[in-house]
Amino acid sequence: MKHVKVYGPGCKRCEATEQMVKDAAARLGVEVDVEKVTDAKAIAIAGVISTPGIAVDGKLVHAGGLPDRLRLESWILA
Amino acid sequence: MTTETHTPNSRYEIPAWGGHVGVVAAAVTWWLVYRQLLPASEWMASLFPVQPGSHAASAIAFFLYDVPKVMMLLALIVFAMGVVRSFFSPEKTRAFLSGKREGAGNVMAAGLGVLTPFCSCSAVPLFIGFVSAGIPLGVTFSFLISAPMVNEVALVLLFGLVGWKVAITYLGFGLAIAIVAGFVIGKLRLEGWLQDWVQDIHGGTDAPLVIEGERLSMAARYRLGIDAVREILAKVWIWIILGIGVGALIHGYVPEDLMARIMGADAWWSVPAAVVVGIPMYTNAAGVIPIVEALLGKGAALGTVLAFMMSVIALSLPEMIILRQVLTLRLIAVFIGVVASGILSVGFLFNAIF
Repeated sequence: MKHVKVYGPGCKRCEATEQMVKDAAARLGVEVDVEKVTDAKAIAIAGVISTPGIAVDGKLVHAGGLPDRLRLESWILA
Repeated sequence: MTTETHTPNSRYEIPAWGGHVGVVAAAVTWWLVYRQLLPASEWMASLFPVQPGSHAASAIAFFLYDVPKVMMLLALIVFAMGVVRSFFSPEKTRAFLSGKREGAGNVMAAGLGVLTPFCSCSAVPLFIGFVSAGIPLGVTFSFLISAPMVNEVALVLLFGLVGWKVAITYLGFGLAIAIVAGFVIGKLRLEGWLQDWVQDIHGGTDAPLVIEGERLSMAARYRLGIDAVREILAKVWIWIILGIGVGALIHGYVPEDLMARIMGADAWWSVPAAVVVGIPMYTNAAGVIPIVEALLGKGAALGTVLAFMMSVIALSLPEMIILRQVLTLRLIAVFIGVVASGILSVGFLFNAIF
């Protein structure tokens, strides 16, 4: 079970990112638990300064803009 | 990061040269179409049964020529900026600025504000990220003022509708305001006016400064440029049409001397009035600039109009509300005061010179 956090205040791209994570996990058959972090303070403390950001199992892997599909899959598989 | 193998993804099957060829072909096509815009629009305008030289005729010509022209210029520049911005990121900018002092730091922050991809929805995390990395408050403000104010949409619209001189002027003075306002805020030493919780983070976070290994191929950068064009055009076209519509109304129905009297260079109070009116207004550059162009045509003074534009774009109420999470009201007041003074100076300076 992977724990994925999507950081973003709730803009369109953040929602799209969340959906991308879920889709990628479904494609790969990996069980994930996606948590959305929308509080500005929590986002900042996590070290994300450009949203949307993604952390997998506590490790920050992406920040700023939509993630690349291939990379996203590699993060979920790693 | 070991599994970058199988999963087929058409985006990355394009070899690098294919991407370059595509971009060159698109650029040539763009140029050929752009050159034909004026004759094509004149031919199409001649099909309308209106009196040549009438208000209706000029409005039609304007729609048929200026709208496509501005959209094409936008597509070109937004694509180029999208590719350029793929080499920058807020994380890199933060790492670069973190050792810099005030002064030179303000200049670099204002410049990077133009080049770094920035969305006002992440203004708060960005602000905290900068300040907690030890970037001086004033330098952070230089970035936050220049990023929204000096943007390619505003510059392209000014260039396409008003002229390159005004566009360059806006660029230069937009940067100058960002640098000077940030410098002044830095000198005031207002770190204590941040919200308490921000000051607590200020001590230090153990978060990584730069995320490792985001190297992109050139094809991926082109892709980002195309994404940027799609996103911006989808967002902006309605504003351009609305703005041009209002502009056309001003062209057609506002009496010539009225604007000269209200917004002309002789009315000294018009510059502060333009700034005050601009603060609560929130539209993007795309909506304001066609209106600005029409006002200029009606005898409004350039400085007054520039001040209005800068105030609308740089001092927007929604952004203040977002920043309220990290800044105390006192600090927001200082921020508005300093930036507004900068805009006022630019307005007066221009009305005096031109």
